[in-house]
Amino acid sequence: MINSGDTAWVLISTVLVFAMTIPGLAFFYGGLVRRKNVLSILMQCFIIMCVISLQWVLFGYSLAFGPDTGWGIIGSLKWAGLNFVGSQPNPDYAATIPHFVFMIFQCMFAVITPALIIGAFAERMKFSAFLIFSVLWATFVYSPLAHWVWGAGGWMKSLGVMDFAGGIVVHASSGVSALVMCLLLGRRVGYQHPPFRPHNLPFTVLGAGLLWFGWFGFNAGSALAADGIAANAFITTHVAAAVAGLTWALIEWQQNGAPTILGACTGAVAGLATITPVCGFVNPINAIFIGILASVFCYIAIAVIKTKLRYDDALDAFGVHGVGGIWGTIAVGLFAEKAVNAAGANGLFFGDAHQFLVQLMMVAVASVFVAVMTWILFKFVDAVVGMRVEERQEVIGLDLTQQSEAAYTVIE
Amino acid sequence: MKLIVAIIQPHRLNEVKTALEAIEVNLMTVTEVLGQGRQKGVTEVYRGAKEAGGLLKKVRLDIAVNENFVEPTITAITAGAHTGEVGDGKIFVLDLAECIRISNGERGGKAIG
Repeated sequence: MINSGDTAWVLISTVLVFAMTIPGLAFFYGGLVRRKNVLSILMQCFIIMCVISLQWVLFGYSLAFGPDTGWGIIGSLKWAGLNFVGSQPNPDYAATIPHFVFMIFQCMFAVITPALIIGAFAERMKFSAFLIFSVLWATFVYSPLAHWVWGAGGWMKSLGVMDFAGGIVVHASSGVSALVMCLLLGRRVGYQHPPFRPHNLPFTVLGAGLLWFGWFGFNAGSALAADGIAANAFITTHVAAAVAGLTWALIEWQQNGAPTILGACTGAVAGLATITPVCGFVNPINAIFIGILASVFCYIAIAVIKTKLRYDDALDAFGVHGVGGIWGTIAVGLFAEKAVNAAGANGLFFGDAHQFLVQLMMVAVASVFVAVMTWILFKFVDAVVGMRVEERQEVIGLDLTQQSEAAYTVIE
Repeated sequence: MKLIVAIIQPHRLNEVKTALEAIEVNLMTVTEVLGQGRQKGVTEVYRGAKEAGGLLKKVRLDIAVNENFVEPTITAITAGAHTGEVGDGKIFVLDLAECIRISNGERGGKAIG
């Protein structure tokens, strides 16, 4: 039975999640790169919306959410081209909204996940390689993983993993992949410490604001209904972002003598990535603890570990989304309570260690899967077209050499 | 007194600055400029309209030095900016007629450093 309130909310949430990739993530990342590369970031975010949306309706959705082919590993191609997907609800996923609406809501998740990885390989990847890699990644990493965790018959779902809006599927997966990508790709020409300066922090603040804005749809929309669970997810999302943004600024104030706007934005996004898998399972006060630790863990990953190991995760896709997504997924096993969501489980702090172990195991397995697949896809694309631009092109900048246009004029 | 004008690749600015500071040349003016030399620009396209060989972004350094600093400064700039590719840039050395420090009115060699 279609419920118009639920349907309206998920449609609106779809638009909110759309806005997270363009213009949200595009400007968040775009502001962080050097002036000569800003258009390459905007283009990558924009074109990934075009390409993955098509991939999704043609076959990506079917692979992720279509009827299981056995063992819970991948969906069949029975729903390719949106066959059997229509205006009637599919009770396996959402009984009160058209199947179409569930499909297009999930499409936005499939788009933003590979887009998050852009942050790791920014400023040095060939555009053609980026396109091929992203489509392959969406097909061979995102679709299977979404099937395992969310698809009817998925093996992780059957084992009871809890991932409300994509801690494993979206953030841990893109984050781990980001780490593998930047390790394989190597550092940018001239990379050293201190790192390159962001060319337009106001863009980054604009992008962070749009991400926060869109995340209400991402998380509360994942309730797939306009109900109490959605309301809980809405509030925990907001609280976690707020406290994480504040925490990061305070850490910086204490460590470096000044709270920065980039720090506050980074913290808020880390809090949002972290609360994603837990938002529909925890109460708002525990979301505060989760959010504080999100900033602490991500800050250590970025300011201490990355600096020490010198891997060039250019815009901290791993440091924010990987670390946040993994911590959030584990936090489900600690802070979840049935009093918040009867369909969930009790975590370690509510007397049950089982869910904690499930979460730990699943995020580990997913991370290994993503790392191995990313390595394979990298080697394949590198052999076919070459991953990295020539050094000369990297020096001139990706805007001019990959897109043949410049973001800013100097004279007139 | 000489005025040393150097046109370099923007991404080499940090190396050049470090090399200059190592020989205690700490005063410089840096501007962003457009230019073309043997390295041709890159074709740009806007809604199908092609613009061949647009000018490339370069960085210009203006450094005033006393005679005994001329060669070390040239050496430092060269060391910092050299990659061996076309487009590394050029250094021009000009005679400098006068130099006045605005804060205290000092003139000549004293005012330069």
